Amino acid sequence: MHPALSVIFFTTLAGAAQGLVLAMFAAEWASHRHWLGTLPDAAFYIGGGLVAAALAAGGLAASFLHLGRPERAWRAAAQWRTSWLSREVIVLPGFIVLALAYAGAHALARDESFAVGALAALAAIALFLCTGMIYACIRFLREWATALTPLNFTLLGCANGFTLAAALAGWLAPPQARFFAIGAVAFTVAGLIGRAAAWRRNARLAPKSTLQTALGIKHPRIEQRSQGFMGGSFNTKEFFHGRSEAALRGLRWLALGGGFALPLVLLAAALAMAAPAWALPAFALQYLGLLAERWLFFAEARHPQNLYYQRMA
Amino acid sequence: MTQLALVIDLNVCVGCHACVTSCKEWNTSGAAGSLADFNPYDADPNGTFFNRVQTFEVGEFPNTQTVHFPKSCLHCEDPPCVPVCPTGASYKRPQDGIVLVDYDKCIGCKYCSWACPYGVRELDEQQQVMTKCTLCVDRINDQTLAERDRKPACVLACPTSARLFGDVHDADSEVSRAIRERGGYQLMPEWATNPANHYLPRRRTEVSAQPDQLVRADNPLKKDGQLPKPAPGEPSLDDVTSW
Repeated sequence: MHPALSVIFFTTLAGAAQGLVLAMFAAEWASHRHWLGTLPDAAFYIGGGLVAAALAAGGLAASFLHLGRPERAWRAAAQWRTSWLSREVIVLPGFIVLALAYAGAHALARDESFAVGALAALAAIALFLCTGMIYACIRFLREWATALTPLNFTLLGCANGFTLAAALAGWLAPPQARFFAIGAVAFTVAGLIGRAAAWRRNARLAPKSTLQTALGIKHPRIEQRSQGFMGGSFNTKEFFHGRSEAALRGLRWLALGGGFALPLVLLAAALAMAAPAWALPAFALQYLGLLAERWLFFAEARHPQNLYYQRMA
Repeated sequence: MTQLALVIDLNVCVGCHACVTSCKEWNTSGAAGSLADFNPYDADPNGTFFNRVQTFEVGEFPNTQTVHFPKSCLHCEDPPCVPVCPTGASYKRPQDGIVLVDYDKCIGCKYCSWACPYGVRELDEQQQVMTKCTLCVDRINDQTLAERDRKPACVLACPTSARLFGDVHDADSEVSRAIRERGGYQLMPEWATNPANHYLPRRRTEVSAQPDQLVRADNPLKKDGQLPKPAPGEPSLDDVTSW
């Protein structure tokens, strides 16, 4: 598939926002259960809620760039009964509102903050599920059609969100920064395991569709002589990433190093030296690495329609 | 329930692209507006087409077959492109089973094109909405046209009648009979999309004449035998040779 920058930015920005809200609620929950000494300051929740809403709104804006007719985007809420994309379109604004409400509940020191936080966390999880299922539900894009897709969207979003929470806490809630850094390490490791499992699965996937099934001709040797036109078309642009194998390998290292290895080193340094400031570069690096990871997620999916477009003439 | 569809005979298609050009001509001048065309007479031409003819070589030289393969929307009976549409712009008409896009509702998110394993949906770069084969829905129902013209443009254009059009749910229709009697099949059956369009396979061309069919066995007018019989390989002409 051709990775669309709009969708890459949308899924990574919104993913970090969802992870941040989940991290904020995790702290409140842990403090509720007396696992975490004291609740982070209201300033942390206000700042976190605003940052999460801003990131998700940025993602929403990016997603509009994906549309050919953005002025009709409101129509996309119509088919929630069958379409995961429609469900995502409904849940995303709800998540933004709940993230702001969570910040508001803490700003006003309301007792309902726990309930609002729980709702915001539920919305974050629902949004991860919707986003992941948009890709996982297309059964013939076999690289995506696995439970690993929504799982990895969730784990990677949480990893980035907890790292962001650790960075924010270093500034607004230093006593709890350690809690978020530990969570960030855990989710980054879990995300690495999940992504490695997806890569391993992709490497072993044998295509179900072949030129034989695409044409209905049983002969083992079939070669395309012409795709019917000399120029390009939607089919030759939308479904091919057009990059070399070397470029893909480079991006894989960028995703592994930026998304996982370096943030883990920085987070470990933050924990070891009790210097939460290290979490901020960890977040920035991890975000860049996850951009590369998301690009690869799209590029690695091999669409069966490409069987019909192997040769210009 | 009616399910309109095309049946394409790969044994007859000669790869002339008449269906491609007639499709483009009809659909670019139709009520739904023009189909995009960029650099049509220049380097790197690009544009929207609902129908393409591709060419494949089957077998190993010198025992090869050149197969021309027309490809357009297959109007699946279980279309994976329809349920994924967030706006309901992509739909399957209940009355005749044609899969259509409501150009006024489409937001151009391209999700349906990802969800089509056959790659037959194209985003029109000018209108920025998803477009696809409509089975010439504005033609086949047009009561002002003569009955024989109420067929998709590609079917009417085909010089070898490689394209049949009709209701595949009607067991007595021309298309159903062709599918039944000539081994019609669906593309990519592994995805259970149940395409309505079918393809008829290549058939081996064999001369079925037997030696006794080349000779007048009964010879009622006693013509044969009056003149000399030509040796095999020699021309046989009426009134000069017999047999």
